[in-house]
Amino acid sequence: MSSENNKILTTDGIPLEESLKVAEKKNKIKAFLLVAPLLLFLLITYIIPIGGMFSRSIDDKLTTNMLPKTYKAMEKWDGKNLPSEEVFEAFYLDYRILVKNKTVGKLQTQLNLEKNGFKSALKKLARKQKKFKEGNYKEQIMNSHKRFKNVEYWRAIKRRAPPITYSKYLKAMDMYLNEDNKIVQVEEDRRMHRILWLRTLEIAFFVTLFCFIMAYPIAHLLATIPMKYSNLLLICVLLPFWTSLLVRTASWMILLQQQGLLNDFFVWIGLFTNENRPQMMYNKTGTYVAMTQILLPFMVLPLYSVMKTISPSLMRAGKSLGATPTVAFFKVYFPLTIPGIGAGCLLVFILAIGYYITPELVGGASGKLISNQIAYHMKSSLDWSFASAMGLMLLTGVLAIYWLYNKLVGVDNIKLG
Amino acid sequence: MSKKEDFVKFDKVDKSYDGKVLVVKDLNLNIEEGEFVTMLGPSGSGKTTCLMMLAGFETPTNGEIYLDKNPISNIPPHKRGIGMVFQNYALFPHMTVFENLAFPLRVRKISKDDIDKKVEKALSMVSLSGFGNRMPGQLSGGQQQRVAVARALVFDPAVVLMDEPLGALDKNLRESMQYEIKHIHESIGVTVVYVTHDQGEALTMSNRIAVFNDGKVQQLSSPDKLYEEPVNSFVAEFIGENNTFVGEISDISNGSCKVKLDQGEIIANPISVKSVGEKTTVSIRPERALINPKDKMDNNQKGKIEEVIYHGDHTRVRLNLLGNSEFILKVPNSSPNLDIKLGNEINIGWNSHDARALDPK
Repeated sequence: MSSENNKILTTDGIPLEESLKVAEKKNKIKAFLLVAPLLLFLLITYIIPIGGMFSRSIDDKLTTNMLPKTYKAMEKWDGKNLPSEEVFEAFYLDYRILVKNKTVGKLQTQLNLEKNGFKSALKKLARKQKKFKEGNYKEQIMNSHKRFKNVEYWRAIKRRAPPITYSKYLKAMDMYLNEDNKIVQVEEDRRMHRILWLRTLEIAFFVTLFCFIMAYPIAHLLATIPMKYSNLLLICVLLPFWTSLLVRTASWMILLQQQGLLNDFFVWIGLFTNENRPQMMYNKTGTYVAMTQILLPFMVLPLYSVMKTISPSLMRAGKSLGATPTVAFFKVYFPLTIPGIGAGCLLVFILAIGYYITPELVGGASGKLISNQIAYHMKSSLDWSFASAMGLMLLTGVLAIYWLYNKLVGVDNIKLG
Repeated sequence: MSKKEDFVKFDKVDKSYDGKVLVVKDLNLNIEEGEFVTMLGPSGSGKTTCLMMLAGFETPTNGEIYLDKNPISNIPPHKRGIGMVFQNYALFPHMTVFENLAFPLRVRKISKDDIDKKVEKALSMVSLSGFGNRMPGQLSGGQQQRVAVARALVFDPAVVLMDEPLGALDKNLRESMQYEIKHIHESIGVTVVYVTHDQGEALTMSNRIAVFNDGKVQQLSSPDKLYEEPVNSFVAEFIGENNTFVGEISDISNGSCKVKLDQGEIIANPISVKSVGEKTTVSIRPERALINPKDKMDNNQKGKIEEVIYHGDHTRVRLNLLGNSEFILKVPNSSPNLDIKLGNEINIGWNSHDARALDPK
């Protein structure tokens, strides 16, 4: 494993490194065989899917493959005026094959994504092209639908020429490439993804903060009370772990809904009138409450494991040296728990940023996160390449946070137990 | 400087953790200013509890502790101004040695220049000058110990408490640290209350030793007195080695008594026995019994050698004497050849003054 380049020789004169390699070879093979299933598992379930996601998110070969002749003819076109007869002919020939193979629907969808209104024009063309005569295809196509007279539509086709595209990534940031190949933003009222990204970060941040505020005292209590009580308390902390996520979320629904237990209680003690029951679910509040509760153990456990290693005599030493309990806490105890805080916050933040089920069930429209959008594109709109692009962006974001954490605190400082 | 006699005073202090068992019972203890007092005792004897009450981490269940005539039970630890050295050093692992030492000064809002001076002085006192930038984790156990001592002294406390500070060190280091702490104490004259279960440590360092057992001080006296004149059989047993005979007083007069054993009779010094018929344990230090004594001694017995163990500077001889087969003699290896061989019968003599008839066990 080590690659130190020492030229130390063994007693027999063989280089030490070589001799060691021979001696360790058997062990290394054994060790490798032991981890081989895991490596294979990781490769199949992790590396390959991520690679697949990446290639899918930038893949744009669909149109390229469907219109081979057109793109060849378009190479010479400058894109300023309507293309020449040559391009129209190539497009007609490509399109005829697609109609014959009944795969024309895909092209219609793809080009419509690129430019609205393409679908109807192409459908009309599919009908009319059957009666086309040989020669002068430019005129015949232009006459089939008025949109083919507009150069914008031909530019839209040309834009789909490269086999790879980063347009999905732009789309995830509410941006797109316009006709002049410039990155522009979508209209203000359609910028939904940016809101989702920001909301995801915001909710993850606040959930982490709430978890920290609540977990710190719990962990401290756990670490300081006698063993027999701390075991019981630890079970209470871990109990949610052993309950299905769905069940826990559902129980929050029972508690938080407008006719739910908590609202009944508020009305009963007179905090709210029966008509003005507050909406605590299907909005951000619901997401905050449920996610904080569900992610709390992930904060408590690293904090607890770090706090348990802090000798109580340190606080005593601080006090005996003249520090008030508060000063002793902030100068002595708190700095020593930072590895646990770092681990807990990183864990909770990363889990929260990709959370799906809970916001889906209790979040409503204003409590949805980016992962819900990804799921929507996976299941409903079937735009897998867009979902892949967003998934990868999320992954990159998590890695960036990890990198930042490493820079600021140092990953080797993390203690999980 | 006149020394205050009751600088630290435990007055009828009781301590119980659970309301059922008294860990410390009716403790009365006066410590003079500048004195080095050791609380010595087996684990669970209440000595650490006493120290913690003095430091302020435990409150007495009853009674009061006075520091320089002021009752301190209601003063929180950080206002007592008592330095403390902990068993596991309790150095702050995230601070450098300098920051550790500066901590008590910074919380007292002492100016930066003074802090630098005081820390430097304290470090040189424990011969660790130049170690200020190290982290505690980079130091050896002995060095960490010295830092802990320096930190407890750097803010010039009136009293320094040490809770088994040398427990984690190896034997040689422990011994040299004992002398070092003793010398520091002598040079700066601070009052030290030291807790240990190691009698050698206690005998080496202290002005006075309080032997604890079962929540009570069994004896409080100077090391030599404690060793030579234990007042009860627990102290005799706990401090140093000890040969015992269990018997019954058959005669008592003029500062000496006769003790009837299962086999034979010896003359002893009555310490805690008063009348004929009382049960007693007679304690004799191994080095007080001599082989073939030249001078006349009032106890002379014959014993059979059962075991001979060479110990470098001396030889330990186990005898069967008057039915006690655990009777130990320490023979210096510099002494003339006394024909110590397994199975030999030899003459043993000791003065009745050194055979202390104490309470029965």
